[in-house]
Amino acid sequence: MIEVKNISKRFGKLRVLDDINLSLKKGECVAMIGPNGCGKTTLIKSILGMVMPDNGEILFQDNSIKNNFTYRRHIGYMPQIGRYPDNMTIGQVIEMIKNIRKSDDVLDDDLLRQFKLEALFDKKMSTLSGGTTQKVSATLAFLFNPDVLILDEPTAGLDPLASEILKEKIILEKQKGKLILITSHLLSELDDLITQLVFIQEGKMVFHKNLETLREETGEEKISKAIANILKQQA
Amino acid sequence: MIRITKFIFLDILKNKIVLFYTILLAAFSWSAFSLEDNSAKGLLTLLNIILLTVPLVSILFSTIYIYNSSEFIELLLSQPIQRKTIWISLFTGLSLSLMVGFFLGAGIPILIFAPDKVGFMMLTIGCIISVVFVSIAFLSAIITRDKAKGIGISIMLWLYFALLFDGIVLFLSFQFAEYPIEKAMIGISALSPIDMARILILLNLDVSAMMGYTGAVFKNFFGTSTGLIISFAILLLWIVIPFFISLTKFKHKDL
Repeated sequence: MIEVKNISKRFGKLRVLDDINLSLKKGECVAMIGPNGCGKTTLIKSILGMVMPDNGEILFQDNSIKNNFTYRRHIGYMPQIGRYPDNMTIGQVIEMIKNIRKSDDVLDDDLLRQFKLEALFDKKMSTLSGGTTQKVSATLAFLFNPDVLILDEPTAGLDPLASEILKEKIILEKQKGKLILITSHLLSELDDLITQLVFIQEGKMVFHKNLETLREETGEEKISKAIANILKQQA
Repeated sequence: MIRITKFIFLDILKNKIVLFYTILLAAFSWSAFSLEDNSAKGLLTLLNIILLTVPLVSILFSTIYIYNSSEFIELLLSQPIQRKTIWISLFTGLSLSLMVGFFLGAGIPILIFAPDKVGFMMLTIGCIISVVFVSIAFLSAIITRDKAKGIGISIMLWLYFALLFDGIVLFLSFQFAEYPIEKAMIGISALSPIDMARILILLNLDVSAMMGYTGAVFKNFFGTSTGLIISFAILLLWIVIPFFISLTKFKHKDL
């Protein structure tokens, strides 16, 4: 569904992405992990067309995303730090996105109800706490029933209850056969979610493996231990 | 695109700064026309005020608005919307609201007190100058990510066009006073939209008779319809070129 081919990106002297290749298919739930500043968010933003890679190309359903924008209709994106116009209320932001997308699909307002956001509709975005902003981002990402969900640190900043709601929602969407791409540092949270693991370090892809293969190879059940095991082998 | 433009337009109206700008322009215009006994003098007074305030408000308000819209732009970029659409909508929304502000503030008194060719010209030029400086604001806002730097560039550009440029022209004309530079001056005036606008209005006010030989040469050029068309075309270029450069840059910007 998404093919990333030989993507490289420099920010000035810093080489953020170095010849990354990645192939993601429908029905997979992929976790992208790696240390801070290893290029995860840049890779995600490249897929979304927000960052322009220096080399390589990205295909979405076999079409290059360059000079294309309609493909984003199929992507729900939840940014790591959602930035919204300060003087708009939650209700206005959601209304505006609905209006701009003029999507005829049935809207998925599960999260809107479960997070009880409707009670906060008149609150300005600038007055929201980090966690509530994350809830708005999550709601917007899931709202249009997209085929692909890209979640950048989805549970960071959410309280345990909200985090649980979001996880259940992710599992539900995974069962519908959607492609889900998650970045996270909380490895323990990923155990019951993901099917594949991508490890990136200093802009290079270290490995991309099925969770099952990884578990067999390392003999560890927990993702965190499996990764620690692999890193030790490489060192 | 119309949805986004409409949204931005309404957002600017809510901002109230444009409303304040309209009231200010209205106060200037009404007092300029009431103080002077004939409308030509009123227009002349108003011209100087307009050529100072309109560019300043247009360029500063637009630059700050563009920087403050960065969240909005980021939000829209993850949606199925073309980059071009976002940038053009932002430009249209800003231009439209500043043009409406100018029209309601200065346009209505002009149409009441000087409903002739010059009055109409002044109205058109005021609107064009508003858009020219919105366009220049887009250029300075895309050049740097740093908001303070961007606003600084805008202020410098305004200073240059509104004050410095005149100084440079004056300096040149004194230095080369011995040479026949009148024709070259026409070319040089195209380098600043404010000067272009000022000359266009002055020559249509029949005060060019007081400007001696230079005035006659200018009149020969700007007074003819070809000259008029060329100068309006140049003013339009001042809108198109900066905006086009900023659009190309925005298409490749990393956010």
